[in-house]
Amino acid sequence: MNDTADIWEKLRRLTRARIGLGRAGDGLPTRALLEFQMAHAAARDAVHGTADFDRIAADLAPREVIRLASAAPDRATYLRRPDLGRRLADGETEKLPAGPFDVVFVVADGLSAAAVDANAAATLEATARRLAGLTIGPVVLARQARVALGDVVGAAMNASVVAVLIGERPGLTAADGLGVYLTFRPVPGRKDSERNCLSNIHAHGMSPEEAGHKAAWLIREALRLKLTGVDLKEAAPRFAVEADEAARIG
Amino acid sequence: MRSRRFKTIHAGETHVFVGLAELLACASPRRSGDELAGIAAESDTRRVAARMALADLPLKCFLEDVVIPYDTDEVTRLIVDCHDEAAFAPVAAMTVGEFREWLLSDAADGPALARLAAGLTPEMVAAVSKLCRNGDLVAIAAKARVVTAFRSTIGLPGRLAARLQPNHPTDDPAAIAAATLDGLLFGMGDAVIGVNPATDNVESCVALLRMLDDIRTRFDIPTQSCVLAHVTTSIAAIEKGAPLDLVFQSIAGTEAANAGFGVTLSILKEAEDAALTLKRGTVGSNVMYFETGQGAALSADAHHGVDQQTVEARAHAVARAFQPLLVNTVVGFIGPEYLYDAKEITRAGLEDHFCGKLLGVPMGVDVCYTNHAEADQDDMDVLALLLANAGVNFLIAVPGADDIMLNYQSLSHHDVVRLRHLLGLKPAPEFEAWLARQGLLDASGRLPALPPDPATARRLLAIGGAA
Repeated sequence: MNDTADIWEKLRRLTRARIGLGRAGDGLPTRALLEFQMAHAAARDAVHGTADFDRIAADLAPREVIRLASAAPDRATYLRRPDLGRRLADGETEKLPAGPFDVVFVVADGLSAAAVDANAAATLEATARRLAGLTIGPVVLARQARVALGDVVGAAMNASVVAVLIGERPGLTAADGLGVYLTFRPVPGRKDSERNCLSNIHAHGMSPEEAGHKAAWLIREALRLKLTGVDLKEAAPRFAVEADEAARIG
Repeated sequence: MRSRRFKTIHAGETHVFVGLAELLACASPRRSGDELAGIAAESDTRRVAARMALADLPLKCFLEDVVIPYDTDEVTRLIVDCHDEAAFAPVAAMTVGEFREWLLSDAADGPALARLAAGLTPEMVAAVSKLCRNGDLVAIAAKARVVTAFRSTIGLPGRLAARLQPNHPTDDPAAIAAATLDGLLFGMGDAVIGVNPATDNVESCVALLRMLDDIRTRFDIPTQSCVLAHVTTSIAAIEKGAPLDLVFQSIAGTEAANAGFGVTLSILKEAEDAALTLKRGTVGSNVMYFETGQGAALSADAHHGVDQQTVEARAHAVARAFQPLLVNTVVGFIGPEYLYDAKEITRAGLEDHFCGKLLGVPMGVDVCYTNHAEADQDDMDVLALLLANAGVNFLIAVPGADDIMLNYQSLSHHDVVRLRHLLGLKPAPEFEAWLARQGLLDASGRLPALPPDPATARRLLAIGGAA
């Protein structure tokens, strides 16, 4: 009995997965049942939160930011009408400079305000820091936004690559996971297979620094090969190696 | 070609439907995705009127007319070119309504349904599903068996298999091994041990394949592993000599939607041929694993005005062309814009399983939902119970029902054990024998109460160097 408990305690340190929960007959023990329900309740609450763009703008200073709204007027409409989340509200395009830019970043609330609040600014800076020599446009902060809104924004700003940093739909163990979607030569109508994606950027997943390392590698490859999507396989040098080198240099 | 018009007159009101696609869309049970596409019936009476017109439609009309043109869509060409007239003959004179009644009759037994499958098109099975209540979908599907094999045999009567899904947000090998151990101790994994990689890259795909194969061979587990990377990544992994059992791909029911996934029928064929050359199966050689799900085509703006349930059935027709070991709909994964709540998810799960089975596809279901849908674990209990009664080939299970990488909820290992015990269903036979050898089944064939014998756990703990 103790042996087994020890084994599970050891294994649980390796992962946040709900392993070794035990059994009540073929059901869950009561405590595990209620912990699950609490996590689900928290995730549902997170879906309906509002991203704090004032704070993100402050975190990104002195970078210029432009705030935009999608055509979805509220969360309820946003959830049922993804088409509206892929379009800008009337008149919003006029706020965008014509560019051209090598890279444009779009921070989009998506399905988790918590993800954007916790990880967007750090991931954006970690990426931008590795893009020396490239022209980067003003950062767009977009509300009630889907990934493809980046195509509209990127096209208007003549971006070679648009990087959309967006709140992923919350899970039970991580309600604050951020995704980064990279699209070469964005125009409305781009297919998902024409994008590269990094996902699960949060405290217990990929760190903002590692995401920045991979995103910057992908952006430079996208510009070199003039494409993103299934034909661009992510093969950045291992992040840990770079960290080791940094430590040696340090 | 001029679209055919269909008409129902009821209580003095005339309902007209222009073209098969409109008739099918209006006859479909209400769901948010068809409303998003602007093709759903505008009222409940119009919906039932469409069903009345559909019920009177001869099945052979689906051979004379198509919902997406032959010349512009390779999935339509596949459906038309592969249709087996001889297999269709027993039902060729029926209307859709008569077909429903025949399916419910004792004449439509397992062997009859198996012989019929190649004679059915996805539009026919989608049409008849729209006339079926949930109970009909369960009862008919329960009679249709589709058996496939690789190292285990899936789909036999009295069996319920499970995919063990030990995903991890950074593909950490020790974490994946720990979740795999948890699943094996619950008797999961007879369908496949399948990992969704966090990053689709050849190097990490190969590393995961090696790790999973190492676990399998070390414990001599009669099952198959899969890394659910893009089909082109799997082909590259095969070229690098990776120990790949199954090639995975998400597929949809139109050429344009498949283009959205970055695949064509010829790429799928290339992948199947590549995997077959490895000859890794022991009791069978079904080497493909597909996932489908209503709404995928609409989300890629590639539905051609066809309702999401009919497009989903067309995805099943794509799947059957490649003799898959496993196919599952990820029914509630897509989100509330396509399936809004538990009522819609439940209905769609039953429809997908029913359509797949009638078409001869080895259908499983990921009984699942996301945190922005109006559904919870109570609803998954209900759908899982329905599907287990409908004879579903396999279900997906993750530790504690919580997928920490894909951020959604499926069934837990507990849930599948409960279904097996409640309904007297066994794992795949080869896997069942292995579980018995490991002391993970008691004399009556049930999973013994946890905690298991620490010796067993310790032995399995050595998996992947996790100890």
